[in-house]
Order: sequence, then C-alpha cells, then structure tokens
Amino acid sequence: MTIGDMVKILHAKVLQGEDRLDTPVFTACCSDLMSDVLAFVNEKTVLITGLTNPHVVRTADMLDLKCLVFARGKIPSDDILEQAEEQGLAVITTRETAFTACGLLYEAGLRGVPIEWPQEEEE
Amino acid sequence: MSAFIHAEYPVETADYTRAGEASADIKRKLKQLGVPSLVLRRVAVASYEVELNLVIHSLGGVLTLEVDEKGVSLTSQDIGPGIPDISMAMREGYSTANEEARSLGFGAGMGLPNMKRNADEFEIESEVGKGTRISMRFALG
Repeated sequence: MTIGDMVKILHAKVLQGEDRLDTPVFTACCSDLMSDVLAFVNEKTVLITGLTNPHVVRTADMLDLKCLVFARGKIPSDDILEQAEEQGLAVITTRETAFTACGLLYEAGLRGVPIEWPQEEEE
Repeated sequence: MSAFIHAEYPVETADYTRAGEASADIKRKLKQLGVPSLVLRRVAVASYEVELNLVIHSLGGVLTLEVDEKGVSLTSQDIGPGIPDISMAMREGYSTANEEARSLGFGAGMGLPNMKRNADEFEIESEVGKGTRISMRFALG
C-alpha cells in the first residue's frame, strides 16, 4: 500500500508531501501514546494519531517515519507542518475517527506493526 | 568513521517546548558521521527518551554525546531529585509523570525500559537528593 492509496481509502486530505504519495507503507500503528510509539514502531510504519502537538513530529523524526495520519479531521499548526516538511514526512488528515480509519486500512490489507514481547525478567 | 565527537546539551526542567531538540541535533550529527541507520535510530529513540526524562522528572541536567571509533555513548546527568526505587522505575508501565507530560503523549512508563532495550550497554545510578546518572553505549560495526 502507498500513501496515495491511504489517501483514497480514508478520503483524506494531503497536508504535506503531495510529491511523495507513491511512498510505500508496510505496517501501521494507531496510538496517542508517543512512549509506546517510540518503543515499538519502525520506519516502515504509518502512525495514525489524534495527537497534534510538536512531539508527534519529533517522535516521527527519531523513528524515520514516512507518514502521519491525523484522525477526526485534526490539523496540526503550520509550524508543525513545516517541521514535517523539513523531515520529508508526509502528513494527511481524515475525517474518519481513529477506529474507523484503522478498520478501513485493515480491510484494505494493511496490518499492525509486529511487536516483540519482552523476555521474562532474568533476575 | 574516524571523526570523534564530544557534545554537551544542557536540558532544563519542564521545558516541554524545546524537549527533543538535543536529540534531533544528536541524530543529525551522527547521520553526518555516517552512522548506519539501524544504530542511528536506536540512539535517537534512547536519546529522545532520556531527554524527555530530564524535562519531565529532573530539576535540570546535561546530556552528553561522545563518539569514538568503537561506538556512541550517551550520558545523562541531572541535579536531582533522584529515584527512590530504581527497580520500580525500570518496570514497564510504572510512571510518576505529571498531567502535562501525559497530555503530550508521554509518561506511559516506557522510557527507562525503552532505553535499556535500545542500548547495548545501560547503567543507571541514582541517589535521592543528589541526582541520577544514566550511561548508555551503542556499538558500531
């Protein structure tokens, strides 16, 4: 699936990265907890979130993410979008809720990021 | 990889706006050095977590980056308040973060375990009333 496919599936609006819609995404993660995102997500993953503060984009930077999807029609501020552009991060917004957005993407074949369960405590 | 780096980043308590700037700079420096992307990402994640911990939990501190031919070192030294129970703090899901940190998407109790998971070597020492020191090492090659 590409970012452009997601735009169609979610009837989304492209806020940043119109020229990168052919970038593929392999897995997805939906979370408002950046701590969890930092723990589990890799660069091939699209992040679906309802959180629009600058730390979403900074978290995406640390992980080399290629695309952010804001659910429920949320639009981050211009400075956040500028930061995304500097990072080469595509940003799209959909009027769907996070739950429905995930459902639509799952139905279209996108799957969650695989999680490695930690080993039992050694001590 | 012949270049050496030593850089220090002061991090202020409760400065949520600038939190992450040091880590973004560290990532940029390491990328310029040609650090492989897998290692780079592990350093970046651990660095962001430790920087956020300084902002959220400490009274202020310094994040130090050192690079030599064998690897990358990240050290966080703060001026308090110290962690009373390190084994609790290392547990996933345990958090003492305030509402402000939580509203930004942090304070889920993943920070320290996530640093340990990403670093090749991880050490934490803390004394209540004095401060906390976290040392992480990432091997190159």
